[in-house]
Amino acid sequence: MIDKIVPSLEAALADVRDGATVLVGGFGGAGVPGELVDALIAQGAKDLVIVNNNAGNAEFGVAALLKAGRVRKIVCSYPRAADSQVFDALYRAGKVELELVPQGTLSERMRAAGAGIAAFFTPTGYGTDLAKGKETRLIDGRGCVLEHALPGDVALIKAERGDRWGNLVYRKSARNFGPTMASAAKCTIAQVYEIVELGALDPEWIVTPGIYVTRVVKVQRSQRTEKAA
Amino acid sequence: MSYAKLTREQIAQRIAQDIPEGTYVNLGIGMPTLVANYLPRDREILLHSENGILGMGPAPAAGQADMDLINAGKEPVTLLTGGAYFHHTDSFAMMRGGHLDICVMGAFQVAAGGDLANWHTGAKDAIPAVGGAMDLAVGAKNVWVMMEHLTKSGESKIVARCTYPLTGIGVVKRIYTDLAVIDVTPRGLVASRLVPGLSFDELQRVTGVPLLPSGARAAA
Repeated sequence: MIDKIVPSLEAALADVRDGATVLVGGFGGAGVPGELVDALIAQGAKDLVIVNNNAGNAEFGVAALLKAGRVRKIVCSYPRAADSQVFDALYRAGKVELELVPQGTLSERMRAAGAGIAAFFTPTGYGTDLAKGKETRLIDGRGCVLEHALPGDVALIKAERGDRWGNLVYRKSARNFGPTMASAAKCTIAQVYEIVELGALDPEWIVTPGIYVTRVVKVQRSQRTEKAA
Repeated sequence: MSYAKLTREQIAQRIAQDIPEGTYVNLGIGMPTLVANYLPRDREILLHSENGILGMGPAPAAGQADMDLINAGKEPVTLLTGGAYFHHTDSFAMMRGGHLDICVMGAFQVAAGGDLANWHTGAKDAIPAVGGAMDLAVGAKNVWVMMEHLTKSGESKIVARCTYPLTGIGVVKRIYTDLAVIDVTPRGLVASRLVPGLSFDELQRVTGVPLLPSGARAAA
C-alpha cells in the first residue's frame, strides 16, 4: 500500500542533509510552507542552497532560515522588499551568496529539471547583466541565453489538501511555484491543511499528481501561517 | 506658452483608454497598477498577474482580504467571474510565449531604439531584484512604458543609450509620459498627444533624442 502521509513535520524532514538544495514554494505570503521551514530550522541542516522567489520577509520562513545562519546561497528573482532586512544585512556583509534569476527563467529552469530537459535557450535576459558569462545564440534572428535546469534535492511546498498517494490541490494564488517545484526535486514534501480519502479529490481537478510527491504532512491552519511571508 | 504636466492618474487614464476590448494585459508593479482603476467598464479586458491569475479583479472590500489571493505586488485582490488560477510556470509561459497583448511597465530609462532599463539602478549598494520584468519585456506583444518624461533633476528619461542596466533590448513599443505619448517606430520616435500648451519644439528641447512630430495631436 502506498502511504505518503507522515505523522509529523520532524519525520517529514528527518533526512534533509547539510548542503542540500531546497526549493521553497510561495510568492509573497501565499503558498509559503511556513511550518515546514520552521521545522527545517529545528532539524538543523546547514550550508543550504535555497531556491525561492524572494529572499524572505520580516523574520518568518526563509528569513528565519537565513537568520539562523543555515543558508549558504539563495537563488531567487526578487530579494528586495520593504521587510527583507535579514537578507539585506547578510548580503551586504557578504555572508550569503545570491544568484539572481528572472522569475520566468527561475520557474522554467525548475520545470526543465522536472521534465528531463538539461538546458534551454530563452530570449529573457539576453543582452542584460543577468546573461553575463552565459552561452548565447541567435535563434531565428532572436538573441537567446542558455539556461540550465535547476533541480532540487528537496522541495518544501504548501497545498490545500492531499491524499495518501500524494495527489494535491491548492488554493487560489497560493498554488504559484508548488506544482513546478514538486516535479523538480528528488524528495518533495507537501504540507496540507486537510488529508482526504483516495477518490475524494476529483481526478479532473488534481493539480499535482502524486508521482511528484514524496511525503504529505498535515498542519493546522493558523493566523501565523496566513501572515507569514 | 505654459502647460501642465499630466498627473500619474491622468497618464493612467490615457493608457486605460488605449487598451482595446478583449485583450490580455499585465500591469507592472508601481505606477502602472493605477491603470486598472480607469479601464473602461464596457470593455472586457483580462488582467494577468504573474503569480498565477487571469481575470484579476479590484482590491477586496474592507475585511474581505484573502491572503491566498494576492497580486504581483503582494496585495490582496479579487477574481472576476470567469477568471482562472494556474501555476507559476504556466503563468510565465503566458508572458514568455507571446500570449499577452499588452504589458505596462515603469522605467528608469528608455532608449530611442526601444531598449528598456527598469530593474536596477546599478548603484553598488543596491540589492538587485528583477522579478518578472525581463520576462515581460521580451514576451508581451506590446510593451508600453509609463513614466515621467524627466528625472527629478530634469534630465530626459528618453535617451540615446541607457546608462542604467538593461532589462531588454529593443522591446518598448510606446512610452506614455506626463508630457506626451511617444511611439517607438522604425522611422524613429514619434511624439503625439502633447499636453495642452506644450509645443513640439519645447518637447524636443527637453527630450534627449530626436523626435518626429505626429500628424494627429488629439486632446488628452
